[in-house]
Order: sequence, then structure tokens, then C-alpha cells
Amino acid sequence: MQYQSQRVAKPYFIAAIGLFVGQILFGLVMGLQYVMGDFLFPAIPFNVARMVHTNLLIVWLLFGFMGAAYYLVPEEAERELVSPKLALAMFWIFLVAGALTILGYLFVPYSSLADMTGNSILPTMGREFLEQPTITKLGIVVVALAFLFNIGATILSGRKTAVSLVLLIGLAGLAVMFLFSFYNPDNLVKDKFYWWWVVHLWVEGVWELILGSILAFVLIKTTGVDREVIEKWLYVIIAMTLITGIIGTGHHYYWIGTPAYWKWWGSIFSAMEPIPFFMMTVFAFNMVNRRRRNHPNKAAVLWALGTGVMAFLGAGVWGFLHTLAPVNYYTHGTQITAAHGHMAFYGAYVMIVLTMISYAMPMLRGREAANSNRSQVVEMWGFWLMTVSIVFITLFLTAAGILQVYLQRMSENPLPFMVVQDKLALFYWLREITGVVFLIGLVVYIASFFVGSREPEASVSPAPAEAGA
Amino acid sequence: MDMHIKTTEQPTRPAQRRYPPGDLALWIFILAELSVFAVFFSAYAFTRAQHVELFSTYQATLDCNSALANTLVLITASFFVVRAVAAIQRDRSAETVRWLWLAVLMAGLFLLIKGHEYAHHLAAGVTLSTNTFYMFYLSLTFFHFMHVILGMLVLLVLAVRTRRGHYSAAEHTDIESGASYWHMVDLVWIVLFPLVYVMR
Repeated sequence: MQYQSQRVAKPYFIAAIGLFVGQILFGLVMGLQYVMGDFLFPAIPFNVARMVHTNLLIVWLLFGFMGAAYYLVPEEAERELVSPKLALAMFWIFLVAGALTILGYLFVPYSSLADMTGNSILPTMGREFLEQPTITKLGIVVVALAFLFNIGATILSGRKTAVSLVLLIGLAGLAVMFLFSFYNPDNLVKDKFYWWWVVHLWVEGVWELILGSILAFVLIKTTGVDREVIEKWLYVIIAMTLITGIIGTGHHYYWIGTPAYWKWWGSIFSAMEPIPFFMMTVFAFNMVNRRRRNHPNKAAVLWALGTGVMAFLGAGVWGFLHTLAPVNYYTHGTQITAAHGHMAFYGAYVMIVLTMISYAMPMLRGREAANSNRSQVVEMWGFWLMTVSIVFITLFLTAAGILQVYLQRMSENPLPFMVVQDKLALFYWLREITGVVFLIGLVVYIASFFVGSREPEASVSPAPAEAGA
Repeated sequence: MDMHIKTTEQPTRPAQRRYPPGDLALWIFILAELSVFAVFFSAYAFTRAQHVELFSTYQATLDCNSALANTLVLITASFFVVRAVAAIQRDRSAETVRWLWLAVLMAGLFLLIKGHEYAHHLAAGVTLSTNTFYMFYLSLTFFHFMHVILGMLVLLVLAVRTRRGHYSAAEHTDIESGASYWHMVDLVWIVLFPLVYVMR
């Protein structure tokens, strides 16, 4: 670690992992409620579990992005953060606000929470993923502004690299797009239209810039490939991301009351969205193959490669499956969507945050470059358990989705929703079991932080070129 | 089309021949862009096959003369870009700058003519929702319009940087990359023009 202020990343990463555990636990509760409807009722109804599951995901990813930025930016800018104290203060504000919000979801009926937090003054609550009380949303804006100031001032007063500028554009976009969560028109079509400006333009727009820049940073550090080469790829990838992703928002506009041309625009542009993800996969493998050195942190390289592959599969392939309007006509809002959501979020954003944590955490905890061999082996077990189980969760949900589409929407005698849900029980059970395996993987991953911490660091084996390969 | 291919190949002298010219990453980008257009063109073709009468009726309302003029304007711009690349290969920066500015001028002329066409459609109350033909016509041409703007900005930046002495006969990858991108913008129009304006 070259700069003292990079240390502020550590609490962000720890909080991220802690909230990740919470997210998975609520996922398991909800998964069980699919097959045992009254499980934990009335303490934690399905809608609350779902809200906590998705909100925790978003919050912990934001913690991860912020931690990643605080670690990455000083090294890229070649200077200390403008204000490490501000970064720490924002950490605590964000954590306390986040925790209070989740406790509010769990212990107060949602409508009372809305009353208590003055939602009537500026109504923003009640929409999927944006359920946070208005006051929490304002808090998020304050934290985001302070964060952007800190990061932006550091980048602009230091060395400017493609990696840090792309990251800054991504983070600024993240903050700007979030402002649309305050726009809550009475017209339902307009409401949904702009709601997607937060949700879609985050995950299929500006977050991809953040993903690309973090991946580029870790690849520069672990492979020793020329920055120039890596930055060139980064530019091409983000250009393609924006071209396809921005108008690709249209694939959410098919059935919400928008003009018909969105069926064409949405289908054509979003059908191209896998391209930047595919480029990212090719990019990651290409850079690792051309590496000038073998980095001792093999686990971080594994996460980086995993991100490339899983983001392409989850976001690219599984997104493409149901992105064309004529297909989406049948699959809209079925388990196919859930399958895509799980693999895309894990493959793209969970994995990139874990990539950064894997790369940075050893240094943040006083290592030279990497954890001990034993710790890395345990971490890789965590990687495989989580990754393989998310693949199976996706496959089971896809099977459930295909069956659902057929029974409920395509067969000669379509069955009602709940009747079909009962017939999908087998797949839901399989998903739940796989979810338990995922949790085990997560526990193993966390254990890797405590295993072999007194053993010596993993050593560097000679690079292929040096070994005469 | 022939002319286009000829123009891209012509200036590369055997001694410096590097294939493809410019940056490889840019070529990946060009391929990706072309595939978006290809999907759009196919969608147009398949939809037209189902509504031939509708498409023919409204195709007749388009201004073919303006489009033909614009085709010539773009091809001329490509020619100027080719001259610019040839000039920098001979280390003649001042000449390169002149050719690039002429290309920028042509790009601007394209935008003017096309803008005039749009103004006409707007005045007639045509929107994306008027009918399927206009939806395709406006989407395809506007998407291309945005590319002309981008290509023009690229050429503009290249002109300024050449003037500041960034490029020479030994190192002018950026100019080749920019030229390749511009030729793509031109190529797309050369497909778009007959497909949307002419073919009945």
C-alpha cells in the first residue's frame, strides 16, 4: 500500500461483507417462503424479506464501490486522499442510516415508516428498489456528494489516468441518476419511465463504467501489462456500453404505456448489450495471458477472470434470452427475470467488489502483496462454492421460468398464477438448497480472512517470460 | 461502394502497410457499431417485406435529391480524409490540416442538409409514432446523424492536434484510426441511402 489514506477503504469493505451476509440470509428466508408461504409470518412477511434482500444488496455494493474508489484513487492520482476524515465520517453516517432504514423495514409497518419519516412532504417511497424513506434518500445524496467531492478533488489535483477518470464518470453518473428517485409523478407511465433511469441506467450504464475501471485497475496491478494497452480496451468497452446501454433502457418500456417505437429501439440496442460484456471477458483473459509477471495474489486474479465470465453469462447471455420484445411478451416478470437478476448481479457487481477486496485487503491488513497460500486456497474454495451455486440457482430459476411461461401464458389452457407457482415447487426447493450452498461458500470466504494469517505470504513464481516459457 | 473501398486502400504505401490501419481496438469498436446498424437494417428489411405498400407510400414523401446530395457530400468528405492520411504519410502536416478541415466542412454540410430535411418532416407533423416506416426512417437516419456528429468531432480534434504537431510520417496511428471511423460513417450511409430512400 503506497498511501496512508487508502486505509479508509478497509471499514467500507468490512461493512460490505457484513451486509452481504445479511442479504444472503434474507434471500434464504424468502426462498423458503416460496415453498412454505407462512414461514416466519407475520414477523417477516415476503414483501419485507424481499425489500431487505434487494436493498441490502444495493447498499453493500455501494459500500464496496466506495471502498474500491478510496483504495484505487490515491494510487492512480499518486497522492493522498483530499480528506480521509470526511471519508470516515461518511462511512459512519452511511452505515448508521442504512442500519436504521433496514431496522425500520423490519420492525415498523411500511406505511407507518412512511408516516414517521415524513414521506407526505416529498413522497418518494413505495417503489421497488427505491423503498428507502425520503430522509434516507436525502442522506444517500449527502454521502454521495461528499464522496464525489473527496474522490473528484483527489483525482483532479493529482495524476489523471483513464482508469480514474472513467471511475469518476461512473460514480458521478451513479449520483446523478439517483436524483430521479426523487421524481415521483402521479402518472404511472411517467413514474415507471423515470424509475428505470435509476435502476437500468445504474446497472446497465454507469455501474458498468465503475466495473470496467476497477477491473482495469486490478489487471494493471496483477498482470503488469502496459497501462496503455489496458486503457485502450477500457475506452472501447465503455463506449460500447454507453451506446448499447443507454437506448437499451427501452427493453423496459415495452409494456408500460410508452410509444411503440420503444419495442424496436429497446430490442435492437439491448440485443447488443452483451457485446461490451463479451469484450470484458476477452479483455480479462487476454491481459492475464499476456502478463509480464505472476502476481502472488492468485485469488484476486481468479476473481477478476471470474467477473469477466460470469458478467458475460449473467448480464449478457441471460439478459439477451428475454430482451427481444416478442420473447419478452411471454417472459416478462417471470422467474426468467429472477434467474437473470441473480446471475447478473452476482457476476458483474458482487464479483467485481470481491475482486477489489481480494486484491486490496491483504495490503490493508499489513501484507506486502498477498495472503498466505492457505488463506488463498480457502478463499478460492469460497469463490467456487459461491460461483457454482449461483450458476445452479440461475439454472433452476430458468427451468422454473420456462415452465411458468408455458403453463401460465402459452399452453392451450393457461393456469392461474398461484396454481402454476405450486407446480414449480420442486425447482424452488432445489434453488433453496443451492442457496444454502451459497451461504456455506460465503462463510468459507469469510473464514479465509482468518485462516493462515500468521503464515508467510504466498511467494511469487517466475513470470512465463522469465521462466523461459 | 467501389469507390469507397478504393479510397481506403489507395494511400497506404507498401513500405508502411500495416493491416488494419489505425488502432486494433478501434476496429473492434467499428465492428460492434456496424453490427448494431446491421441488426437495424435487417429489422427494416423484414418489416418492409410485411408492409410493402405502406413503406412505398411514405418512401415517396422523402426528399431523394437531398439524400443524393448528402451521399456525394459524405463521399467527398471521405476523399478529403484519404488525402489527409496520404499527406501525413509524406510528413506534410499543414496539408493534412487543410484536408481535415475540408472534411469537417463537408460533415457540417451533411448535417445542414439533413437538418433541413428533418425540419420539413417536423413541420409536416411527422413523429416516431406516425407509422412504422417513419419510425424506421427517423430512427435509422438520426442514429446515423449522431455518428456524423461524432465523426466530425473526431476529425476536428485530429485537425487541431495535427496543427499542434502531434503527428508525423512515423507516428500517425490516431489519424488512421479517425479516418477508419469516418469511412465507417460513410459506409453506413451508402447502405442506408439506397435501402431507405431509393429501393421500392
